Amino acid sequence: MSSTNTTPSAALPPPTQHQGVWPWLRERLFASPFHILLTVLVVWLLLMTVPALIQWAFIQANWTANSAQECRASAGACWAFIAEKHRLILFGTYPYDEQWRPLIATVLLISLVVCSGIRRFWNVSLLIIWVVGLLAVGILMWGGVLGLTSVETALWGGLPLTLILSTFGIACAFPLGVLLALGRRSKLPAIKAICVVYIELIRGVPLISLLFMSSVMLPLFLPEGVSIDKLLRAQIAIILFAAAYIAETVRGGLQAIPKGQYEGADSLGLSYWQLMRKIILPQALKIVIPPLVGIFISLFKDTSLVVIIGIFDLTLAAKAALTDPAWRGFSIEAYVFISLIYFVFCYSMSKYSRALEQRLNTGHQR
Amino acid sequence: MTNTRTKAPGGPPKRRLSWNDPGVRGIIYQLVALGLVGIAVWFLVSNTLHNLSARNIATGFGFLGREAGFAIGETAVAYSPADTYGRAIWVGLLNTLRVAVIGLVLATILGTLIGIARLSKNFLINKVATIYVEVMRNVPLLLQLFFWYAMISENTPGPRQAINPLPGVFLSNRGLKVPGVEGSSLDWMLGGLALAIIGSLVFAHWAKRHQAETGRLAPVGRVSLGMFILLPIVGWVISGTSLTLDMPELKGFNFVGGLTLTPEFFALLAGLTIYTSAFIAEVVRSGVQSVSNGQWEAAGSLGLSRGKLLRLVVLPQALRVIIPPMTSQYLNLTKNSSLAVAIGYPDIVSVVNTTLNQTGQAIEGILIIMAAYLTVSLSISIFMNWYNKRIALVER
Repeated sequence: MSSTNTTPSAALPPPTQHQGVWPWLRERLFASPFHILLTVLVVWLLLMTVPALIQWAFIQANWTANSAQECRASAGACWAFIAEKHRLILFGTYPYDEQWRPLIATVLLISLVVCSGIRRFWNVSLLIIWVVGLLAVGILMWGGVLGLTSVETALWGGLPLTLILSTFGIACAFPLGVLLALGRRSKLPAIKAICVVYIELIRGVPLISLLFMSSVMLPLFLPEGVSIDKLLRAQIAIILFAAAYIAETVRGGLQAIPKGQYEGADSLGLSYWQLMRKIILPQALKIVIPPLVGIFISLFKDTSLVVIIGIFDLTLAAKAALTDPAWRGFSIEAYVFISLIYFVFCYSMSKYSRALEQRLNTGHQR
Repeated sequence: MTNTRTKAPGGPPKRRLSWNDPGVRGIIYQLVALGLVGIAVWFLVSNTLHNLSARNIATGFGFLGREAGFAIGETAVAYSPADTYGRAIWVGLLNTLRVAVIGLVLATILGTLIGIARLSKNFLINKVATIYVEVMRNVPLLLQLFFWYAMISENTPGPRQAINPLPGVFLSNRGLKVPGVEGSSLDWMLGGLALAIIGSLVFAHWAKRHQAETGRLAPVGRVSLGMFILLPIVGWVISGTSLTLDMPELKGFNFVGGLTLTPEFFALLAGLTIYTSAFIAEVVRSGVQSVSNGQWEAAGSLGLSRGKLLRLVVLPQALRVIIPPMTSQYLNLTKNSSLAVAIGYPDIVSVVNTTLNQTGQAIEGILIIMAAYLTVSLSISIFMNWYNKRIALVER
């Protein structure tokens, strides 16, 4: 009776795939009593906030009011305030008739950043693009040549200023950071000590203290009669700050390169700079591209701190728009507007960085 | 055959003063680098000294002993404008530490919860947490501070129409009012609490040794909970149960009694906590994800409950990945607390800023700020490195 069964049993059906709405709901929302409770709680929270937010931001919002009184009468957001002040918020106090110049500069700077993200440009041409692009931006903003009227930096402001501070910042900080990283990995004790002290000192203090230093201490450092523009001083502080962080990131990449690469290059008789330029840095920098994008994002956000020393970047321009007595009390609208601008930039860069990380990760599992 | 001039091979290479000797080259490079740094420092210092004497600015830290003459909005220790600059800066430092410590604790709790929520299979929880992280990470902290400050100081009603969500809690444009606790029993209860912390640590230590020796588990959780409830109550009873709630009350145009969170403190704390928690959530998520699936499955097949699985298998491994980036988030939060100056919370940067505006001694002021932050940063990294070493994998 209980002999071995020689006939093959019928194959079992494959495990049922969760398809359709109800199994999905059960698995993703109502898996256990605890999850049911959480789901109900979140739904309640969303019902409390989201409709009210939509009411405020869209349905009851006023987009076209001509005066603040008209705007205050509606219960929702006053986007008319943004419509009225968008030139001031975006371009600061730059002469009104000349504002096409910062507009083109902004487009140029954005396309520089976009170009740097395309892999086809990852060679010497990128360097040329950056030099030419930054030069063009400088000419457009300063003027004084090619029939453009000269505009002093105290009048610059808004989005182009934020972009200038961050792109010039990263462009100048990058070479300095790479040198510092190489110095920190150097076998020469004095050079290593100088780099370690610099990096740790800068990373240990907040950016604000460096900005204060640039605005009140730097004038004392210079010989009498020499004075540096306020904007340039802030830019220097940002470059010095970013370089220390870039150095630490690049150092991580340098440490990931196996020793055999150094030894192989040494046995070919390459000099130190040949070794670094042709063998080590190309590999190390490739590894650290994603964290470098991260540094650029945080630098982009950190440029908002120049508000504290009174430079008219996007944030301070928005605050300036708020001081108009005719349009008092719409700070939430202004902050939401510039938050959106910052968000669009930072979010797209971080999305890009994550995609890049996955693409570069192929066969590079160190 | 008798060529005595050839040297024995393999002897130490003779050091010659030549450019081709890497050792000599290294020394020259270092001398040049040191020389350049030295010249730069000398240039800056001599310029500075010259400028200072030209502008008649005093040097040295003598001003710390002079009368400050300005008031500080909120103080953790007694302070009046008649006190010295030194004391004012001390008050500022305490304010910085206060907001940083409370912010660290809150951001860690909130960030861990959101990090776990991002790992949840629950669709809604997962998506809400993701949106929170993406929005908060990608908007500058300074802007968030301005936003919260504007929310409180402009968009909340005055004290008379204060929002009253819970009895005794009032939210108005003067800040948040919460009930305080008063009475002589307070110290005794805090003493009981401290005793409970020490007691539960000692008991946990004993339980670990006990388990190692006998293999038996002690009810650590229940005993500690008991201590945390019982000891403060014992303290309360011993001291004669004198404890009253100090409820805030509206008198005239403002509130009397209770504890106040000023709009500045509240905005700074909210901004720091929310901004940093988004980063901590990412740290926690990647830490937990770094524990391989096999670990979860193996622990599950040993029959561990979910709590034990997390506590004994997953967390110890995840913490190794979490601690280093968490340290840098803590350092960031501490340094970011310096943004207080933008919304007028009297932290060390804004007090020193006032000081240097009054005395003109910019260099000393900025040195004080830098020294203070370096000390705090170094203390945090030393502590976290110690903790990291303690939980690091001991390889045989």
